[in-house]
Amino acid sequence: GRAGLSRAEPPARDGRSGTEEEEEEEEGCYQLYPGHIPTSPLQKALLAAGSAFMALYDPYRHDMVAVLGETTGCLALPNLRDKMKHHPEGYRILQERPHIRFSTLNMSKLRGLPDGSLGREYVRFLEDNKVSPDTRMPPKFVDDEELAYVIQRYREVHDLMHTLLGMPTNMLGEVVVKWFEAVQTGLPMCVLGAVFGPIRLSARKLQVLATELVPWAIRSGRNASCILNVYYEQRWEQPVESLREEIGIFPPP
Amino acid sequence: GGALRALCGAGRGLAAGPETHFGFQTVTEAERREKIYQVFESVAKKYDVMNDSMTLGIHRVWKDILMHKMNPSPGTILLDVAGGTGDIAFRFINYVRSARERQLQRKLKNHQNLSWQEISESYQEDKFKLLGDSQVVVCDINKEMLKVGKQKAQHLGYSEGLSWVLGNAEELPFDDDKFDVYTIAFGIRNVTRIDLALEEAYRVLKPGGRFLCLEFSHVSNPLLSRLYDLYSFQVIPVLGEVIAGDWKSYQYLVESIRRFPPQEELKAMIEDAGFLKVDYQNLNSGIVAIHSGFKL
Repeated sequence: GRAGLSRAEPPARDGRSGTEEEEEEEEGCYQLYPGHIPTSPLQKALLAAGSAFMALYDPYRHDMVAVLGETTGCLALPNLRDKMKHHPEGYRILQERPHIRFSTLNMSKLRGLPDGSLGREYVRFLEDNKVSPDTRMPPKFVDDEELAYVIQRYREVHDLMHTLLGMPTNMLGEVVVKWFEAVQTGLPMCVLGAVFGPIRLSARKLQVLATELVPWAIRSGRNASCILNVYYEQRWEQPVESLREEIGIFPPP
Repeated sequence: GGALRALCGAGRGLAAGPETHFGFQTVTEAERREKIYQVFESVAKKYDVMNDSMTLGIHRVWKDILMHKMNPSPGTILLDVAGGTGDIAFRFINYVRSARERQLQRKLKNHQNLSWQEISESYQEDKFKLLGDSQVVVCDINKEMLKVGKQKAQHLGYSEGLSWVLGNAEELPFDDDKFDVYTIAFGIRNVTRIDLALEEAYRVLKPGGRFLCLEFSHVSNPLLSRLYDLYSFQVIPVLGEVIAGDWKSYQYLVESIRRFPPQEELKAMIEDAGFLKVDYQNLNSGIVAIHSGFKL
């Protein structure tokens, strides 16, 4: 829309402060949430193409995967948001907007939970793989404040997907989770990641992937209810197996 | 215009300081300096890659043209301000090196009737002056940019006749009348008080010295201007995000180009600083312009 295109005209340079103040307000209106960068359709298309290329060229550019998700999610994200709205737990999540961050998690309490519980296994996963929930990128290019939350929730819940699926953060594990997420969310970024991710795997791993892991991930993805409709922060004590059954994820092979 | 705005700003909020622009935003001078420092700190490592991507390599041609216009002879002392990653400095060294080689070859040719001893003696004298006493000082306000420049120099093998100084174009750490040529390539746009930078340029140049400024300028052709705007605003921030992971710095860049005074206005400012025979040359229909002036 107007966002990118209107910037071609700078306010007058000769000290007409009125124009400048107007112009400042304009920018404020467009920014829908902190970190939001309004973009025109052309810019989104260029970003989608550029980020797709860069994500494949340099797999360490996680920010590019994030940008790809944001610029291509225009159909999948409203779909996800609607699924959340029509589910009691999902609706509550949309209202309360919980975030999974180090500052909101009580790590010692979670560590103290019994083995096999969601909280205990989640912390174990974070520590074993040396990852942190705080490395998730905040959204920039989603032009709707609620959808921005939906995609952020999806990112923050990703590590919990690893925990529930029992997959590590190596390339193989990530691809499996991507297949599951692709079926669950329909996000083009997940589909691309699922299809192109295996490119860098060895033949042996590809075989395991194709014969066992991917079929299981797809079956689970289709069988399971929407993973964004689970208020994980209120279920730390629940055993992982029971949660899996409740959602509909089949036991990992 | 600028003075009037500064007065209004001073009237409105003395504590906040005089107002100026950062791209299309209105900020105080202090805020602007800080923001610009952060922009270059952030882009330093990808600066050269981004320049090549944004201009499709054409920036190299612009810088070559600047060097040809300068046409430095061996023995020239150059101050390259906002010289960050060294593009102008390295070109200068290459240029005087080949000029020096031609000079030496001519000397040798003229000495063909001398004895071998005499020839080898004169060759000895010149051997250690590959650049013939030419020197370039690269001055930049940003530590990160200087760091990248020094690394590049080491990598490419430039050391002789080259020095790196951390300094502010508005207040140069050099004495009066020191340099033969002063250049500022794609840097003056980022200076907050251009008038001060121009005064400083005048001060540090020797009498007879030359001021050269290479900078983005204004395109008067309406069709080209629209295409240029489209490319600038639609493509460049995307390139910034994809290549450098930094949309905002490149958004600032294209906005700052629109904010910068056009050719005639900059010419007037240069004349105000005391320079004579001030002129400019448009490159690519005004996308870029080289302004030149002399301290006479």
